[in-house]
Amino acid sequence: MNLDLRLPIGLMFTIFGALLTLFGLISDDAIYVRSLGINVNLWWGLVLLAFGLVMLGFAIRAGRKRHASGTP
Amino acid sequence: MHQIQLGAIDYAILIVYFAFVLGIGWALRRFVRSSEDFFLSGRSIPTWIAGLAFLSANLGAQEVIGMAASGAKYGMMTSHFYWVGAIPAMVFVGIFMMPFYYGSRARSVPEYLRLRFDEKTRGFNAITFAVMTVFSSGISMYALAKLLELVLGWSFHTSVILSAVIVLVYIFLGGLTSAIYNEVLQFFLIVLGFLPLVLLGLKDVGGWAGLTAKLEPVATSAGYAAGAWSDSWRHLGSASANPMGVEWFGMVMGLGFVLSFGYWCTDFLVIQRAMAAKSMIAARRTPLLAAIPKMLFPALVIVPGMIAIALHSSRGGLLPIGADGTPNYNLAVPVLLAHYLPSGLLGLGLTALMASFMSGMAGNVTAFNTVWTYDIYQSYIRPGRTDQHYLRMGHAATVFGILFSVAAAYATTRFNNIMDMLQLVFAFVNAPLFATFLLGMFWRRATGHGAFFGLLIGTVAAAAHHGLTLPHDAVPGLKGAFLGTVLHTYPSEMAQNFWTAIVAWTVCFLATIGISLLTGRNKSDDELRGLVYSLTPRLTDRELVWYKRPATLGVVVLGLTLLLNIIFW
Repeated sequence: MNLDLRLPIGLMFTIFGALLTLFGLISDDAIYVRSLGINVNLWWGLVLLAFGLVMLGFAIRAGRKRHASGTP
Repeated sequence: MHQIQLGAIDYAILIVYFAFVLGIGWALRRFVRSSEDFFLSGRSIPTWIAGLAFLSANLGAQEVIGMAASGAKYGMMTSHFYWVGAIPAMVFVGIFMMPFYYGSRARSVPEYLRLRFDEKTRGFNAITFAVMTVFSSGISMYALAKLLELVLGWSFHTSVILSAVIVLVYIFLGGLTSAIYNEVLQFFLIVLGFLPLVLLGLKDVGGWAGLTAKLEPVATSAGYAAGAWSDSWRHLGSASANPMGVEWFGMVMGLGFVLSFGYWCTDFLVIQRAMAAKSMIAARRTPLLAAIPKMLFPALVIVPGMIAIALHSSRGGLLPIGADGTPNYNLAVPVLLAHYLPSGLLGLGLTALMASFMSGMAGNVTAFNTVWTYDIYQSYIRPGRTDQHYLRMGHAATVFGILFSVAAAYATTRFNNIMDMLQLVFAFVNAPLFATFLLGMFWRRATGHGAFFGLLIGTVAAAAHHGLTLPHDAVPGLKGAFLGTVLHTYPSEMAQNFWTAIVAWTVCFLATIGISLLTGRNKSDDELRGLVYSLTPRLTDRELVWYKRPATLGVVVLGLTLLLNIIFW
């Protein structure tokens, strides 16, 4: 199969992570009363961002290897 | 319950997810050239992807909503569905059964039955399976639409059409590969979307110790020992000591042996994912690898239900009360999502919920179009056409499979009882099936007539057992005793189901042996090579390092599961 699944997974979670982190930074603290006072958007956004970037990293490295060895 | 208001950020997450799901289908469309590409992914899927899809195809509505509901209703005993049921069955199918499924080059589970037994056994299995998958995908769609209507105030029609169209498009474009790739995406989304909910909930109730303490009044007020909601085995000595109303024998034999092995070892919906793997060794590792995350799933799907009931009893009225005076357990997950997650993560959680419904639906649709095209259309309606003809039929089957599911979803809104009845009939058909496969794979003397009539008699036995028994405090009818007399009363519906399965399995097992001995063999040893254990060269896996062999992986998985059973005893 010529589509490395880690690429869409990595991209999607990078976008989710970025969206949630940004929203966590600008959102009003009042909405975090229900989440026990923790800014979960910021923290979980960072977790998703890290996961997404690691997946992307794997996909890009594998892509380079394929490119270097000449197989499509 | 109060309806949840979604913000722009929540919709943004939902839309990004839909874009990726459709994008994967679009990107894969050019790889679909033959029917084998469409139905079996050209047998080229890497192990880790097949393994996660194996898990995710089963992770539909019933799993996420139903397991949380059971967690609230029965507590930690629900973990038996995993640690006694699913995991041992997954190890068994990987080590002992996959060599015959994959090695026979059968393209579906019904096709294996034709190779091993005969045409009529295959026909019976193919037709019941095709009908069953369409209805379960319809029920899944119905459940999703009802939930979104209740929680978000979305219209029922919008939800049904939206989910149907998205699943249709990505399967139509990329076939099984697209369904499998999306299932893996959905797997990560479900885990990462629900995990914050579990973590916040556990922090709120004071960790596992706090949860156990809060569940004690739940148990004692219902008249059980204090640990009945937080122990898995301790209260299984007698049926009256636990909320499930089951004793250890019914649990281990009914749920563990018959129902779970029957599902994980013979249901084409999950087996199809392993059959799509790129090699025999990858196919055998698929269920074994899937078992590792599977054993941790109780934390993700059962614990939220337990948290919901603990909060419900200690802080008063978290779950809405239904018409019959008991809490609506099915709302455990949506209520917790609204309770803990702010805008942002709420969107992620709801997207995860929708993902779980879609992966369940897509799993059913891909299994349906394969069985329909190969086992019904190609075998009985139009044999001997070109491969391109069957590929076109596969596309068409995807469309009308989904149309039937939509029709089934609407039928459910009108005739709730008809769905319940159909599910009951399917349970009767499924219960004896594992006996047929066990004998087929491990006893060469089992004949076509034996298998077919054994299955039929086993199905009738299941119906008869259900028709002559009744769960405690139920009225005769769909719940049992429809034959007029009540021979035995079970303490709960769950106990009745487990024993129906045990009876059906035993009757089918004995009947198949009896009839096989009375009838002549219809397949010679030569024809059964690769299909029956004693006539197939052993896979020794000598070429692999010991720690890479499927058997080693199986032992490790079983050891870890045993450990989990002991920790939460």
